[in-house]
Amino acid sequence: MNKVTMQLETLSCPTCIKKIEGALTKTDGVESAKLLFNASKAKAEYNPEKVTSAELKSVIENLGYEVLKVKEA
Amino acid sequence: MIRFIFKQENKITLIAFILIAAGLILRFTGNTDAGNTALIVATIIAMLPIGIKAYQAARMKLFSIELLVTIAVIGALFIGEYVESSIVTFLFLFGSYLEARTLERTRSSIKELTEMAPQEANLILTDGSRKVIDVDDVEIGDRIAILPGGMIPVDGKVLSGEAEVNEAAVSGESIPVSKITGDQVLSGTILDSGYLEITAEKVGDDTTFSKIIELVEEAQDSKSNAERFLDRFAQYYTPGVLVLSIIVWFITKDLHLAITFLVIACPGALVIGAPVSNVAGIGNGAKNGSLIKGGEVIETLSKVDTLVFDKTGTLTKGRPEVTDFKVFAGDEMELTGLIGKLETASEHHLGRAIVEYAEKTSDLSAYIMEQASGVKGQGIEGTISNHSIVAGNRKLLRENGIDIPPDIETYALEREKKGNTAVFAAVDSKLTAVISIADKIRDDAKEALATMRNNGIKHIVMLTGDNRHTAAAVAVELGIDEVHAELLPEDKVMHVKRLKGEGRIISMAGDGINDAPAIATADVGLAMGKGGTDISMETADVVLMADKLSQYAHALSLSKGTMRNMKQNIIIALVTVALLLVGVLMGGVNLAIGMFAHEASVLIVILNAMRLIKFKP
Repeated sequence: MNKVTMQLETLSCPTCIKKIEGALTKTDGVESAKLLFNASKAKAEYNPEKVTSAELKSVIENLGYEVLKVKEA
Repeated sequence: MIRFIFKQENKITLIAFILIAAGLILRFTGNTDAGNTALIVATIIAMLPIGIKAYQAARMKLFSIELLVTIAVIGALFIGEYVESSIVTFLFLFGSYLEARTLERTRSSIKELTEMAPQEANLILTDGSRKVIDVDDVEIGDRIAILPGGMIPVDGKVLSGEAEVNEAAVSGESIPVSKITGDQVLSGTILDSGYLEITAEKVGDDTTFSKIIELVEEAQDSKSNAERFLDRFAQYYTPGVLVLSIIVWFITKDLHLAITFLVIACPGALVIGAPVSNVAGIGNGAKNGSLIKGGEVIETLSKVDTLVFDKTGTLTKGRPEVTDFKVFAGDEMELTGLIGKLETASEHHLGRAIVEYAEKTSDLSAYIMEQASGVKGQGIEGTISNHSIVAGNRKLLRENGIDIPPDIETYALEREKKGNTAVFAAVDSKLTAVISIADKIRDDAKEALATMRNNGIKHIVMLTGDNRHTAAAVAVELGIDEVHAELLPEDKVMHVKRLKGEGRIISMAGDGINDAPAIATADVGLAMGKGGTDISMETADVVLMADKLSQYAHALSLSKGTMRNMKQNIIIALVTVALLLVGVLMGGVNLAIGMFAHEASVLIVILNAMRLIKFKP
């Protein structure tokens, strides 16, 4: 199980939280996803055999949000 | 494509504004058709980002405010209210823009913290030369040089050098601390003057500084009960508004009234009011050295009426100091030097306290240590500069055949009753001095306790593993209501449980591992976090970064201030909606005015929360 933290552009709408969390959780291979609204960060735990952090980045970008930095831990 | 539209949102808002202005002028000058076209184009352009967001949320089965606005605008276009449709979309976009700007301000405290994070490090290579590298590339064991004005990049131990370090970033305390070989230094702190070489011990996300940032970020997003309630409320409220407006439409057959209702009932300020107070409050705490882990902690802390304290290291400094050096015969300077020199051979913490004291008044290198040996549980004896010295408790004196005269015994007993440990010192078999050593009460303890009493604290309890005498002395000095001494960690837990059983809301403050169970049992657990021990940071709900009790008092009044602020915000939101509803029913409020009032109320709650950033008790 890998962990990734993505720094997004400044989020301002509270509905973003559920939107982004929902989209990440629905992605195959993602175990759990959490969005830190005030820090504008998305954190996800995923199975590296099923999905990559680059793919998760594009999931968020497809929703229309800028991903500034991807950090794997 | 979606990203492109979102990115251009500000430009879209501006274009919509220009089109609306043009459209209104055209209509005013009689070109109704051209004017209407401009307004319709403005509406459609401005609807793009709103509609996309509404659709995205709907796909996640969320009823968003954007959805309500989208439906209202489509309705307005349908009945030919082009002025209102365009103004509503413009106001909504412009409002979101202002919201984003002001929201950023409420988050400024944490942003300042992250911006304080070190970026690079001066790596010392094996040949002694230096190389600047990215802080993420520093590895455990690396040698790092820190120059004056430079930031310490990682947590580590001082290898060599001497410096004054400003630890404000971690502790909130800006008085510089001096660091010498063997001392711990923390990432994010700044070297005021001097020079240090350190070995990296914790790097990357493991440093105290990174952990603080992570804690605050998590805290600002952890919701209080009030917030969770409002979230659930909004979940039903938003679709409820939609249903209600359809009912209004059916009853009155007035589509215009129905869509106006839809816009004004948006729950914007209600949803944002509570979290925004918490974010600002937690940010203020972090900046002042008290990390509060989330909205729920703020809520509970604001209700606390009973404080429980550990003694050693919490109410007291946790480090014994000489409180009196009483000389009965001979020269004080000479005695201090002789005894101080002997104690340099001691490993005991009382011995270290004496050395620390002696070094302030005498030059210990002027004395010669010929022989010294510690006596376990009794003290130390040896020969210094041709004098035989004995320093220790009564037993050690007795074994050396030295008498304690009655007047000295009386004095020693009196000191012991005041919470001191008495060390008897004899030179050449004659008792010449009694040194009192005590763990001093923190300088700010008395004031902090008084402040907290004024802030609604009704009962203060002290639980300690220390002896009765010492405990009683501290309790009397600080005016503590209830004292229990000679306790084991599990006894502390039992007392916290008993106090909770009496219906009190308890906040327990302690340091170190032995208090961790009691801290976890209390309603709010508070830990002294100096140096950032992992255990205290993890088990506690509030961490005082500079170990200052005044930070405790600050956190307590901050929690009350934050709760007050949150209540104000909820009231502002509810009153706005109520007034608008009345306005609509009386017929004085149209779509555009409704949207304006709605956006204004959102901005007001954010601005109100921003006051918390500068909160001072």
